[in-house]
Amino acid sequence: MNNPTDRPLSTHLDVENPQNLSAYQSTGGYQGFSNALKISPQEVQQQVTDSNLKGRGGAGFSTGMKWSFVPMGENAPEHKYLVCNADEMEPGTFKDRWLMEGAPHLLIEGMLIAAYAIGADVAYIFLRGEYRLCATRLHQAIEEAYAAGWLGENIKGTPYTLKLHLHTSAGRYICGEETALINALEGKRATPRAKPPFPQVVGLFGRPTIVNNCETLCNLPSILKHGSHWYTQLTAGTDSGSKIYGISGKVKNAGLWELPMGTPAREIFQLAGGMQDGLTLRGWLPGGASTDFLMPEHLDLPMEYDAIAKAGSRMGTGLIIALDDQHCPVGMILNLLQFFAQESCGWCTPCRDGLPWAVEILTRIESGHGNQDDMDTLQQLCGFMWIGKTFCALAPGAVEPLRSGMKYFADDFQQHIDHKGCPHRQ
Amino acid sequence: MSKVIPIKQVQAYAEQTVDYRQVLSQSEIDAIEHECALYESRPAAAIDALQIVQRERRWISDESLYAIADMLCMSATALEGIATFYNLIYRQPVGQHVIHLCNSISCWLNDFQTIADHLRNTLNVEFGQTTSDGNITLLPNVCLGCCNKAPALMLDGELIENLDIASIDKLLQSLGGGKNE
Repeated sequence: MNNPTDRPLSTHLDVENPQNLSAYQSTGGYQGFSNALKISPQEVQQQVTDSNLKGRGGAGFSTGMKWSFVPMGENAPEHKYLVCNADEMEPGTFKDRWLMEGAPHLLIEGMLIAAYAIGADVAYIFLRGEYRLCATRLHQAIEEAYAAGWLGENIKGTPYTLKLHLHTSAGRYICGEETALINALEGKRATPRAKPPFPQVVGLFGRPTIVNNCETLCNLPSILKHGSHWYTQLTAGTDSGSKIYGISGKVKNAGLWELPMGTPAREIFQLAGGMQDGLTLRGWLPGGASTDFLMPEHLDLPMEYDAIAKAGSRMGTGLIIALDDQHCPVGMILNLLQFFAQESCGWCTPCRDGLPWAVEILTRIESGHGNQDDMDTLQQLCGFMWIGKTFCALAPGAVEPLRSGMKYFADDFQQHIDHKGCPHRQ
Repeated sequence: MSKVIPIKQVQAYAEQTVDYRQVLSQSEIDAIEHECALYESRPAAAIDALQIVQRERRWISDESLYAIADMLCMSATALEGIATFYNLIYRQPVGQHVIHLCNSISCWLNDFQTIADHLRNTLNVEFGQTTSDGNITLLPNVCLGCCNKAPALMLDGELIENLDIASIDKLLQSLGGGKNE
């Protein structure tokens, strides 16, 4: 990817010295939104649907399809909302932070396009509280955009009006779930809501609401600038466009790269320089803590939604976590489950009680006090907390590394039980 | 048999609503009003209001909680449900400085335990405690989004990455230590 237009996200991205409004505009910024203003909201929706853009928050749902459920036209409700989900708290995920610190105007332009497409008049950025530098830079960029007439009443002489506000949260993983996020924005305890009604029809303050991930929104300006066909041509695989991929763990050079959708995982490992000296890769989570383990033999899989799903996992956020041979897989799974147990909102019983139970059992096994029955109970718990048994996707997400870890690292679990201790600590 | 609460105590509890103007400063009130204007309802500004008051007073006391609830026209119990829900709202006094050490997976793979032990031993506190001179509170935190520069911590809202023993020692020194006799 030598042509800068092939890297629509990172071409505007500079974390050390982010582009201000004039620098952003002089490199083609706000052209996508200007193009959007010249066509109808429905046409913008159509372009985004044609581009085959899929949500980058983890679920991979078609963005255009999501928008299509919003009531449009004269009979639509007076107010509609757009919310940017920037509550990035998935362990091992740090891509939205990079985008917001490095290219705040890219996100604002993306939000303008999305808000125009669904006819929203108010938009919020729901930012996690820990990202203070993002907050400072976004505040600055929002002020610049208001002053230049990109936000506010009658944007650039058109009848379109949008107010954009930054909401900083105070740290809770469940706020990333879209209906919990809506409750949080309304000043309620952030527990998920029952669906239906879906937020597209009855969302924030009971009004039609779209919640899109930060990276998803950042993809919109280039789609509107270069067209949906161009966007689909960025990749050779089934998914369109470019994606921020990354990797963390004991690799030589952990980091983030913008690559075509469907880049093989091995290439991402190579960009990171491979594992640190003396370490071998034992397994990897393809897209954050809530995805199933994959093995070294899966490294040639393209990092796209269908291919990773066929291998039994999920692409999730596309940020890989690498497990090396010096760390205990049971210990890693325990750490992941501790996270989910702590961050469970407590609303439904399988999640509230099941996750601490799993942590208790894993702690026992890791410390050498586990037995065969514990393994059976863990298997049962994976069933109790699976999709359809819980109110939202948090507990099933926690089950993914647990069930796949028990499958791929069965020998490690057995060693803990047989030798009454963790082999990595002896 | 369940304990019967005397009616006088119930009344006293109900009367613990306070007039927010008596508790909150004018600058706090102005900042909260500014946030209220951004939403369709006053309670929607709850998390902003808690953060505004915490920035001034370092933590949310019962008195602050009642005052904010009064100002946002919501019940104190509803606000308590929100205040206790978030990792970054403190319902107990904290030290002059608060360290949130990331304990999630990428930091765990990158010497989290060594860093955690060093902090606990140097400060002579466990997670959740404050040094006896009231200088430093040590808290664990879920993934801080610094996975490529792990291990990491957040000091008074600022992210500090690529930690090692030497950088922790330097950091603690710059904070004036933190003694726990």
